[in-house]
Amino acid sequence: MSEDWVYGLVAEFESDAQLMRAAEETYAKGYRKIDGFTPFPIEGLGKALGKSNRIPLLVLLAGILGGCSAYFMEWFANVVSYPLNIGGRPLHSWPAFIPITFELTVLGAALTAFFSVFVLSGLPKPYHPMFNLPEFERASQDRFFLCIETVDPQFDPVRTRLFLETLRPLMVKEVAK
Amino acid sequence: MKSTIPPNEQRNTRMSPLGYPTNLLAPGQTYETVNETIGSIVLRNRQPATWWIGFVVAFGLLMMFFFALAWLFIRGVGIWGINIPVAWGFAIVNFVWWVGIGHAGTFISAILLLMFQHWRTAINRFAEAMTLFAVACAGLMPLLHLGRPWLFFYLFPYPDTMGLWPQFRSPLVWDVFAVSTYFIVSLLFWYLGLVPDVATLRDRADKKWQKKFYGVLALGWRNSAEHWQRHQIAYLLLGGLATPLVLSVHSVVSFDFAVAIVPGWHSTIFPPYFVAGAIYSGFAMVLNIIIPVRKLYHLENLITERYLNNMANVMFVTGLMVSYGYLIEAFMSWYSGDIFEQYMMLNRAFGPYGWVFWVLMLCNVIVPQALWSARIRRNPLTLFIVAFFINVGMWIERFVIVITSLSRDFVPSSWGMFFPTVWDWAVLFGSVGLFLTLLFLFVRFFPMISISESRELVAEPQKANAL
Repeated sequence: MSEDWVYGLVAEFESDAQLMRAAEETYAKGYRKIDGFTPFPIEGLGKALGKSNRIPLLVLLAGILGGCSAYFMEWFANVVSYPLNIGGRPLHSWPAFIPITFELTVLGAALTAFFSVFVLSGLPKPYHPMFNLPEFERASQDRFFLCIETVDPQFDPVRTRLFLETLRPLMVKEVAK
Repeated sequence: MKSTIPPNEQRNTRMSPLGYPTNLLAPGQTYETVNETIGSIVLRNRQPATWWIGFVVAFGLLMMFFFALAWLFIRGVGIWGINIPVAWGFAIVNFVWWVGIGHAGTFISAILLLMFQHWRTAINRFAEAMTLFAVACAGLMPLLHLGRPWLFFYLFPYPDTMGLWPQFRSPLVWDVFAVSTYFIVSLLFWYLGLVPDVATLRDRADKKWQKKFYGVLALGWRNSAEHWQRHQIAYLLLGGLATPLVLSVHSVVSFDFAVAIVPGWHSTIFPPYFVAGAIYSGFAMVLNIIIPVRKLYHLENLITERYLNNMANVMFVTGLMVSYGYLIEAFMSWYSGDIFEQYMMLNRAFGPYGWVFWVLMLCNVIVPQALWSARIRRNPLTLFIVAFFINVGMWIERFVIVITSLSRDFVPSSWGMFFPTVWDWAVLFGSVGLFLTLLFLFVRFFPMISISESRELVAEPQKANAL
């Protein structure tokens, strides 16, 4: 059964609590190439499956970069490149530069937050093996899925299936690549 | 579209000590009823006849808008009633009004998200869409007012052949950055929240074009736990970023006035007073839209009376802040001892535009006092009427600030009256047409309530019961 066409074994569950318990047990068993699929975000599920999250750090760095480049732009434009004397006020009038610095801090951080969700997740990705499973449509509606991929070093066509069945899912199925 | 629950059971039976229903969702909702109630509006396309009537009216207004813009581009801003001294006419009044309306959307989606106010779920998507369309209308106004709108890109810093840069000390340039950042962040926030719902629609769609349309927009979203984890943290961060942004945007808008020395503008209370006014008018607009929508699409069991009451409370409190702002403006103009400020206040109330000021007081201060009554707050019809008054009132407020102050500043020889022309009105009502057309299309093609967040409320009813 370990033919090349199998992407992984999928178990379907009825509730978020069942999936959560299944995820914890699967991780404890030593499986690492695993993922859960749920119709709404479940707090702690990502952690239970051993997934890390780097977005906050990226957003912080992008915000700092956005703010610094905004201030530099204003300083360069109004002090170096095109100085304009307005009523004898100092060229480097920093309080007036703050609003745009703030706006571009937010812009840099927001663009990074948005795009990192998709880029880090490998999206947009129109084709994914999971979509080969007809039941998978319900992952976005009312069912909860757990998938163990065949690339997991622990994966064994028979033993993994038997293990998944001990979790009392609604069904266990192979997903084609 | 009919909901699967019989209408008698749609009423919340449990009441809190204050007499409000305790459930956010009406009892008996499951994942499937939520999916079906919200999703079928879009997928089965059973639009009520009123949708078509509304859409035709809105589209007609939009065509009028295009006509008015075409004439504006041919003849220039002279077709409006603006002149010297009143160089800022309806365009700026409309701009501030539309930006303000947008703010409630961000307030609902971002600030209430950060405060874990789960009652926002039923209205946040709608409010975000409203923000997006209102900011689009707002952003157009100063561009149309430019005189040569096709050279709008002069506003952005880019290394041009003339060797010029924008003047970064000018609040008008701050405004360009504030409003464009606001538009982009609102768009990202809205779309990020929409992606899981679009994936739900993709999976529920029967027709081929729907599968393709929503499939492309869903970007291959597959509800993976890892993706959800990123989605949730990014959504929260965007909420955290949008919160100071919404305060900054209207503060910057108020700097357009406050940094100038015109009497009635040059005032330190402007930023907080403008922000309160923005949220006030924005909530009024949300109510004006959501009350008919809730009725037409039979969403009473998702948008319960408790939501309406909560929104009315926020609107009322910000309204009281705005009233306080009016009071302090009047007091400070007297207390300043500045004859120009004192004259401004007298002129505002008793000058040639005095009647507009008293209509403003009626709409924004007197009528909203009705909201002290819980019966009025919980009755959709009366709440709709009060909110309508507030929307009109907030437009008039900006008229009073912009026009009255400019028409009589320091030297009587430079005074002048402003009278709007038919083109001014065409742009105002035309922009309403643009806004409503986008909103009607949004209701038709996208889920107006977050489906995934509603499923979350089904799974964790204790969140919904908190009161």
